Amino acid sequence: MPESEVGASSPALAPAALERLRALRSRYPVARSAVLPALWVVQDELGYLPPWAEEVVAEQLGLLPGDVAAVASFYSMYFNHQPGRHFVQVCQNVSCALRGADDLLAGLREWLQVDEEGASPDGAFTLEGTVECLGACGGGPMMQVDRYSHEDLSLDSARQILERVRDGAGGGAGA
Amino acid sequence: MARGAEPVPDGLVLTRHQGAPGLTTLDGYRKVGGYQGLARALEMGSEAIVAEVKASGLRGRGGAAFPTGTKWGFLPQGVFPRYLAVNADESEPGCFKDRVLIEEYPHQLLEGVLIAAFALQASHAFIYIRGEYRKQRELLEEVVREAYRAKLVGKRILGSDFGCEVVVHGGAGAYICGEETALLDSLEGRRGQPRLKPPFPAVKGLYGQPTVVNNVETLSNLPYIVTEGGAAYAALGTEASPGTRLFCVSGHVERPGTFEVPMGRTTFRDLLELAGGVWRGRRFKAMQPGGGSMQVLGPQHLDVPLDFKAVAEAGSSLGAGALVVMDETTCMVDVSRRLVDFYRHESCGKCVPCREGTYFESQLMHRLEEGRASAGELATLADICAGMDGRCFCPLGDTATWFVMSAYRMFKDEFDAHVGAGRCPVRARLGVAA
Ligand SMILES: Cc1cc2nc3c(=O)[nH]c(=O)nc-3n(C[C@H](O)[C@H](O)[C@H](O)COP(=O)(O)O)c2cc1C
Ligand code: FES
Repeated sequence: MPESEVGASSPALAPAALERLRALRSRYPVARSAVLPALWVVQDELGYLPPWAEEVVAEQLGLLPGDVAAVASFYSMYFNHQPGRHFVQVCQNVSCALRGADDLLAGLREWLQVDEEGASPDGAFTLEGTVECLGACGGGPMMQVDRYSHEDLSLDSARQILERVRDGAGGGAGA
Repeated sequence: MARGAEPVPDGLVLTRHQGAPGLTTLDGYRKVGGYQGLARALEMGSEAIVAEVKASGLRGRGGAAFPTGTKWGFLPQGVFPRYLAVNADESEPGCFKDRVLIEEYPHQLLEGVLIAAFALQASHAFIYIRGEYRKQRELLEEVVREAYRAKLVGKRILGSDFGCEVVVHGGAGAYICGEETALLDSLEGRRGQPRLKPPFPAVKGLYGQPTVVNNVETLSNLPYIVTEGGAAYAALGTEASPGTRLFCVSGHVERPGTFEVPMGRTTFRDLLELAGGVWRGRRFKAMQPGGGSMQVLGPQHLDVPLDFKAVAEAGSSLGAGALVVMDETTCMVDVSRRLVDFYRHESCGKCVPCREGTYFESQLMHRLEEGRASAGELATLADICAGMDGRCFCPLGDTATWFVMSAYRMFKDEFDAHVGAGRCPVRARLGVAA
């Protein structure tokens, strides 16, 4: 697809992000290796991967959009729709479960009033009760809010953290 | 002998600089003797380093425990370029040691990476870090940038003829990408699915070139091995299980955390004590000694040493070095169901026994836990697992059966008691909530 057309279909990708995308190619001996980092650039910018993301990435790396789509769909951290402003994951794996992760997740679901998809009505949060261990098993129960993890939680402390986040404190000062 | 000004606690390798100020910065790491191992390595030359690593007896800390020096020796002579892939995908349930090594000792890891890259004459080292470790990825990126500025990475490292580019590469959520060939496919910009072996990565790896894949902890040992010598490292453990290991302890203990202990001479009971013992004054029931993939062990195994053979004889494995402790209130059906769900979620879908098997396992375990499974249905568990173990394309599907089958054998009455039961009979008996 010619450059101009990509530009036209990607009005939301800022020039700086496009520049970062271009720069990725030269980091690898083979350009295709930059697919995952390129998808991250787009998702960091927009919060998710809109349908045109695969075209932009494919164009930059000399691939077919279908190649990029096939890769993106394999990985659980790429979103194909806009999640809440903050993404919250509560680990449900064994080490966290042994220390009360079920109650924490149930309590947060109720408090945030999330729907089936895990979205809170005010659009502030998407809550996922993931089964994947998040590598903080020594601090269970734990949750990850955007890119920060918070450990040794009680329902109260978790609520306080999310309140601060909702009021604009970002992912919080966790580990 | 390259030592820093600070006295170093005896018997420690990975965490010997614990508490030194500014360890995550180049200056701070240099104050404790950082990058002197790299300088020494560049003087020693490749062959001498490989010999030292062989003498150390170091075995891979990613789970498979393959001898590191031997693996390096598999690279075909004269074939270039070669690559080093650093496995920082750490996704084994119960495992968080690589995260600690990255957060607290990132320059030690980078020094280890550079020593390995030099020994292997690799042109590039790729640090593949799981997507969820976002902050840790950013820290590593900063550490690598700092090292580039100091000419520790890039062309003509420390003025030598050796050059190596280091790239930090973030994954995006897939346990299977910790499997070394799936990691390479992912690094090539594909879906992270395992490749058929042989050829092994050492022969045909990244972009079809000779590639070594090593775990974060494995590589973090190299600065010590190069400066203090392989024999000194080996002597910290026993002959059969040399060196030390950073063990994760989690679950029902008073003080979960990571503990560096000598191999072979430490028992599970010692580890449990380091973590403050079983919490709330309760009794020990069971443990998983090597992370979510490994078989359950009971109280009769607490005095087994952290020795590869001894743990194998007990019926399990040290795996990724993660001890998960369960107290008397733990329901083994619940733990099994969680692990089975994990594997179902993480199965990459490439082979039928794993994709379908984990689905059947999960269905069965949910029905059992909810009291909806009949005795006949429970009896099919062994069949399902027999159709998977040893029949899957990669170890993910095999290991998806190990905990649940070992738990079924060791706690059969508990599984049987769930047949047709409305709520967890184990917890009901103990009067524990839900
Ligand atoms: C399903 C699966 C997941 C794995 N996950 C990891 C992992 O997260 N980190 C790791 O270092 N090794 C992991 N391994 C082991 C790697 O395949 C490989 O043996 C290891 O990275 C080699 O490094 P080492 O020799 O230094 O241990 C995994 C293996 C399998 C089968
Ligand atoms: S089990 Fe929850 S972070 Fe590992």
